[in-house]
Amino acid sequence: MYYKSKPYKLFSCFNYTFLLALSMLCVIPLVHILAVSFSGKAPANANLVGLWPVQFTFDAYDKTLANENFLRALWVAVQRTIWGTGLSMLIVLLAAYPLSKENRQFKRRNVYTWFFVFTMLFHGGLIPFYMLIQELNMMNTIWVLILPGAVSVWNMILLLNFFRGVPKELEEAAFIDGAGHLRTLFHIYLPVSLPALATLSLFAMVGHWNSWFDGLIFMTDHKNYPLATFLQTIIVQQDFSKVTVRPEDLVNISQRTVKAAQIFIGMAPILLVYPFLQRFFVKGIVLGAVKE
Amino acid sequence: MHTSQTSHAVTDLVKKEAPPAHRGNWKRMLVLDAMLLPAVILTLIFAYIPMGGLVIAFQDFKPWLGFARSEWVGLEHFQYLFSTPEYVQVIWNTLIIAAMKIIAGLVAPFTFALLLNEVRLSPFKRSVQTMVYLPHFLSWVILGGILLDMLSSDGLVNQALGAVFGIDPIFFLGDGNWFRLVVVVSDVWKEFGFGAIVFLAALSGINPSLYEAAEVDGASRWQQTLAITIPAMIPITIVVGTLSLGNVLNAGFDQIFNLYNALVMDKGDIIDTFVYRVGIVDGKFGFSTAVGLFKSMVGFVLIVAAYRLAYKLANYRIF
Repeated sequence: MYYKSKPYKLFSCFNYTFLLALSMLCVIPLVHILAVSFSGKAPANANLVGLWPVQFTFDAYDKTLANENFLRALWVAVQRTIWGTGLSMLIVLLAAYPLSKENRQFKRRNVYTWFFVFTMLFHGGLIPFYMLIQELNMMNTIWVLILPGAVSVWNMILLLNFFRGVPKELEEAAFIDGAGHLRTLFHIYLPVSLPALATLSLFAMVGHWNSWFDGLIFMTDHKNYPLATFLQTIIVQQDFSKVTVRPEDLVNISQRTVKAAQIFIGMAPILLVYPFLQRFFVKGIVLGAVKE
Repeated sequence: MHTSQTSHAVTDLVKKEAPPAHRGNWKRMLVLDAMLLPAVILTLIFAYIPMGGLVIAFQDFKPWLGFARSEWVGLEHFQYLFSTPEYVQVIWNTLIIAAMKIIAGLVAPFTFALLLNEVRLSPFKRSVQTMVYLPHFLSWVILGGILLDMLSSDGLVNQALGAVFGIDPIFFLGDGNWFRLVVVVSDVWKEFGFGAIVFLAALSGINPSLYEAAEVDGASRWQQTLAITIPAMIPITIVVGTLSLGNVLNAGFDQIFNLYNALVMDKGDIIDTFVYRVGIVDGKFGFSTAVGLFKSMVGFVLIVAAYRLAYKLANYRIF
């Protein structure tokens, strides 16, 4: 056997070490941030924190959670994630069903498919989109965070491909029993495609939670910022004028440990759903990428 | 595959024997139309109306005059874009960064998948996968925040470099050449694990008996890799590679926007960040729309070409 040969054993040694180092490289930055967030102010500012907290304290989290701007942004993010994901999944579900039909069953199918797919290929671009939102008076409303992204053509294609794999006999049996399309979708297709829907929902949730640019350009009032946008202004732009008023807050918010705590809270929900995501996404990706 | 084909054949037969009730079908199709209605309305509003708004790329657009009364300037904005050296530099930056990302983004996952495939200890394999997929799901705001902290002159990376090699701190995000490197390396860091999934899927589809036969013939593992593994990965590599050609003008807005600053503008500014600053910050709607349209047009041509190519070379279709 090849793996008993000496050169291969040597290679294996190197390979395991290398892969271990690569994996460490992917998590060390996150561990570092976590360590900083639990450290005392002085060692953090002096850059003495590596991968383990120095002078362990919850101080940064106390300050973060006492900041009403942070909490408000958190609430906006939770709302947009729940409503945005729910609405998007409903719309995608309703659209994927007709598109999964054969041309014979639904003649206009091709027209609809191209209508949606074209939007993946060509965009009006940022400025016309921005002007449209202004024109619709959607600035500073939660709708601008939810509606424009609700029709995910990519999710639609994944789901319609999944629907095509559902045995036709199920649908025919339902039709013979007198079920209409809506009933067939919700009583036949929906239950059998729950795992696929769960995957797409998790992806949509992560997308909403991480999305920051729409909040930045469409919310002129910082009180409407979702968490990701709030973090972008605090941590990346380091622009505290927009989000805070009291001087004592300013000191707290620019503190290194508090920044780390905010970053960590910002990614915590993703770390929480990650184990579930991981179980599904491998299948999901392969579903979209490799087809017979 | 076979069973579903036969079942189609059966339903075809049934349909031919019993002529369809046309009236019922017509009504049933209306239900299908109705189910598509919400998606169609939202797509019309948020995707197609902005396409109409592209006309201002050919106007000296003044918001208070609107589309109808703003002056038409033809291709003036495009001429201005291509005749101003700083703007041409922005296009070059975009191309250079995107090209480096495309190449690195293909080589790294491919190599990683090959190496991971040699691991036979499955708990180890699973743990590695869990860790390397993770950065893909974090946003560039979070990762940008972490990188700004770690790459600062007194950050973790410079500390480590100083301790190991004894060199002075490097201004990773303050020097244009370093900036490009940081952008490409951090993008690879974020995406190589996730990008490897399709390659791993291709690897798991290889018939084990091929390896057994090679083993009997006395082939070494390296010879097996060259003769079996790599040829089996070629189709999916072609697909991934050609499809990524569509990204030649996508240098990654989220990442650059969260990492760049005035010091690296000459080498790090890309079309998307440029459009944002000129359009939304400075309010030059006409010109920035023209720049955006240029990008959309090139992107459109490339994506269509890439899909046709992927279909020709590897018989790949998305639906």
